[in-house]
Amino acid sequence: MLTALASLVGLLVLLAAAAVPLGRRRQGGAVVHGACLAAAALLALLAAAALAVGPPEAPLRLPLGPPWSRMVLALDGLSAWFLLLLGLSGAAASLFALGHPPGPARTLPPYPLFLAGMALTLLAADAFTLLFGFELMSLASWALVAAEHQRAESRRAARLYLVFAAFSALCLIPAFGLLAGPTGALEFATLRTLPPEGARGAAVLALALLGAGAKAGLVPLHAWLPLAHPAAPSHVSALMSGVMTKVALYVLARLVLDLCGPAQPSWWGLPLLALGAASALLGALRAALEEDAKALLACSTIENVGLITIGLGLALVFRGADLAALAALALSAALLHALNHGVFKTLLFLAAGAVAHAAGSRALGRLGGLVHAMPVTAACALVGALAAAALPPLSGFAGEWLLLQALIAGWRVADIAFQVAIAATLALAAMAAALAAAAMVRLFGVAFLGRPRTPRGAGAHEVSAPERWAMILPAGLTVLLGLFPAPVLRLAEPAIAALAGPVALAPARGLSLWAGDGATAYLPLVAAALLALAGAALAFAVRRRSPLPAARGPAWDCGFIAPPAHLPFGDPLTQPGPAGIAQPLRRMLGEALLRARERVDMPEPGETRPARHAAGFRDPSLPLLLAPAAWLRERLADQGERLRHLTIRRWLSLSFATLVALLALLAWLEAR
Amino acid sequence: MALLGAVLAQLLHLALLLAAAPLVVGGTRWMKARLTGRRGPSPLQPFRDLDKLLRKRPLLAENASWISEWAPHAALAATILAAALVPSFARGMVLAPAADLVLLAGLLAIARVALALAGMDVGTAFGGLGAAREMSFSAFAEPALILCVLVLAILAGTTNLDVIAATMREGQLGLRVSLALALLALAAVAVAENARIPVDNPATHLELTMVHEAMLLESSGRHLALWEYQSALRLTLWLALLAAVFLPFGTAPAGAGPLAWVLGLLAWVAKIGALAAVLAAFESAIAKMRVFRVPEFLGAALLLALMAAALLFVSTGLA
Repeated sequence: MLTALASLVGLLVLLAAAAVPLGRRRQGGAVVHGACLAAAALLALLAAAALAVGPPEAPLRLPLGPPWSRMVLALDGLSAWFLLLLGLSGAAASLFALGHPPGPARTLPPYPLFLAGMALTLLAADAFTLLFGFELMSLASWALVAAEHQRAESRRAARLYLVFAAFSALCLIPAFGLLAGPTGALEFATLRTLPPEGARGAAVLALALLGAGAKAGLVPLHAWLPLAHPAAPSHVSALMSGVMTKVALYVLARLVLDLCGPAQPSWWGLPLLALGAASALLGALRAALEEDAKALLACSTIENVGLITIGLGLALVFRGADLAALAALALSAALLHALNHGVFKTLLFLAAGAVAHAAGSRALGRLGGLVHAMPVTAACALVGALAAAALPPLSGFAGEWLLLQALIAGWRVADIAFQVAIAATLALAAMAAALAAAAMVRLFGVAFLGRPRTPRGAGAHEVSAPERWAMILPAGLTVLLGLFPAPVLRLAEPAIAALAGPVALAPARGLSLWAGDGATAYLPLVAAALLALAGAALAFAVRRRSPLPAARGPAWDCGFIAPPAHLPFGDPLTQPGPAGIAQPLRRMLGEALLRARERVDMPEPGETRPARHAAGFRDPSLPLLLAPAAWLRERLADQGERLRHLTIRRWLSLSFATLVALLALLAWLEAR
Repeated sequence: MALLGAVLAQLLHLALLLAAAPLVVGGTRWMKARLTGRRGPSPLQPFRDLDKLLRKRPLLAENASWISEWAPHAALAATILAAALVPSFARGMVLAPAADLVLLAGLLAIARVALALAGMDVGTAFGGLGAAREMSFSAFAEPALILCVLVLAILAGTTNLDVIAATMREGQLGLRVSLALALLALAAVAVAENARIPVDNPATHLELTMVHEAMLLESSGRHLALWEYQSALRLTLWLALLAAVFLPFGTAPAGAGPLAWVLGLLAWVAKIGALAAVLAAFESAIAKMRVFRVPEFLGAALLLALMAAALLFVSTGLA
């Protein structure tokens, strides 16, 4: 099985090479995306098989890589779980790309490389391979973000993305170096035998959090997500949001929960809890304020990454306190939500791509009323939005139910500091869930309901059949994952047992999820059946009493007069826009957390100019983090510039001094 | 036999809640009218209104989509299921193992989202306004509710409502400050969730101050009847929830037989009547607050619930 997976990765790399000449042909895009579709479907099948029958035991050693450390591939429960997500989302995204009109030829080669990089990161069993795959993933996706380099904002997003990708490499490489210690062994099996302690362990934790967190979009390293994810083509944004952030979280879980060993103290979970809660809240709030559909979805990804990080942190806390069953509960919440979010976020990004293609814009202020023109897209987007709003019985609720149950059980940790921290996290997670519901209602309500806001939006049409299927399949999967979370979660049992302790079991029995030593349960199938029964009985009873079909008439609109003839869709100003719908939350939370401001420019009586109202917000990470970083970059560049004006004599003495310093360092190292 | 009793009690409970919902709203209105010196319509008036609305042919806006027709059904179905989970006169009903408080919050969220989507469906000014406010309020109400669940879960060891009610009934917990704080927080959440004064005015006729009613401006006929009934059932459900948790005496075991059921029913009617009277008195005594004061109101509830949890942490740590 590992050989098959390794050859799949190899084939994807070859496909990337073949995509260069293929891109010049007319059907080249179809060939590349079709092959990617097949490869991703195979990946999903192999991962599902590995989860069902148990992963292969022996790692696969490849005759590749640097001479001191050959590449090693292996598959265990954790990597197979994330590989399943990669396969499912990758298949949906490739199918969508098949039906989409082909983009520029330069976007073709990086796409298979992107898939190969993510698969290689997940399959890696040594630090070199993992970092190689991680960088392949980062660079390939950078090339895709920069695909529309003619546009200034695309260039800006790509540059920012590259900086953050370099930063995460800069943190992850020393993290693995510290983990390897003086022996320099890079294979995971060897690393596990030497868990870091004390300050070295804390340094590994900090570097892993910074490195993986920058890639996953944890606050405060999230500034690139709402810029870079929308800049890429839609199927790529779907993969970046749905899967790439999860691969980063996989690296975090692998480093902190697995390679650092099970004996780490409880407080290791606290930074994860804090960053996760901050990401969940800030991401959800930004999602409720953003006015670009894809930026909104990217911010919602920040929120969900935060929720998953809370689950991982909670697992660390519980494991340190010897509460294996609760650690399993928290870990299940994180894993299940990672899978669910990956699927429904892929669906939502593909729907946003369909809307952008069919209605000509992804700015919410230019959309509206698409439920009539694009019924299939609207229905699929509704499923995704309701799942993202964590409504039962869809998939988002199952993960959040587990997460809330794990947080509610947090009081079982004896220390009061942990209890208070977990209770505060619980409040923030619940607030994030409610904010996410508000954001999703706003997204669906503004884009698909109401009246069209522009003539271009009014002329929208339904998308092609492959694109429709690329949304229908993940929508169906979202429903299925929501109805059967327990059998799916049992597939993750090897991963849970490996990370939470050998006695830990997935909190799933039969078709229901359990929590609190089996004292309470969530039975999604029963809930769904009862909901359907209640709905059907209700429709039947109401129809018997009131059989007439609804009549149609002009909107009542509180008696406002009908709009004039030159406004065929009604007066656009009487329909709340995205900024108007965001107004209550912008004032209630945005002013405090996001420096939201509103400016009203009201003309004096008698003046004929129009009144203007401007609203906006500034993410605090921009002035607090990016501005100093930009200042530092300028300073360093200035210092570097001075080197260019040195005389040849100074150059020679500089080289000589470097040589002497290196020799002295070598001598000192030999002497130790 | 026990199973038969549990099923029968469940069905009777659902029928009771469905029948009581309009009466609770009518009774509250009647009491409010009396307290403000008016005679007020009969408590049975909501039944007549619902009947009248059901007989009328619904009128939909030209650009209304299927959301406008599906949303009231979905919202009421979710509320009915939620109502079936909250115990009234009997405990240990057949759905008791599924009566999880987090699920209950999720079911109420379905109804809220359906209402907000219906409000935005036609694209009128007030519908969107109401939807935006409703969803914003929930961002403060939800964490307060979940923290109240945390307090109850610490005391009962689970988030299952039936077990929590049983723990509270046994009375071993005694009177606790944290329970009083949680009661206040939960009551504030209930007021906000049900769009009552001071968060929203159920009787307002001024569109700009509306939250809940603003989303219903475009519905008529059976759709309006469904929304009205949903809001009545939601109020009954919240009163039943408060009664089940904080006034747990008098409920009958599901297998106990008709006599115990009748006693449980009488106790429940008394509890709901008392709670409705408190609600009417509270609403008569205070004024509606500005929309942007609501976060302070719900934030206070959130802090009270957090304080309740912190007090429990301290007391269990000392014990």
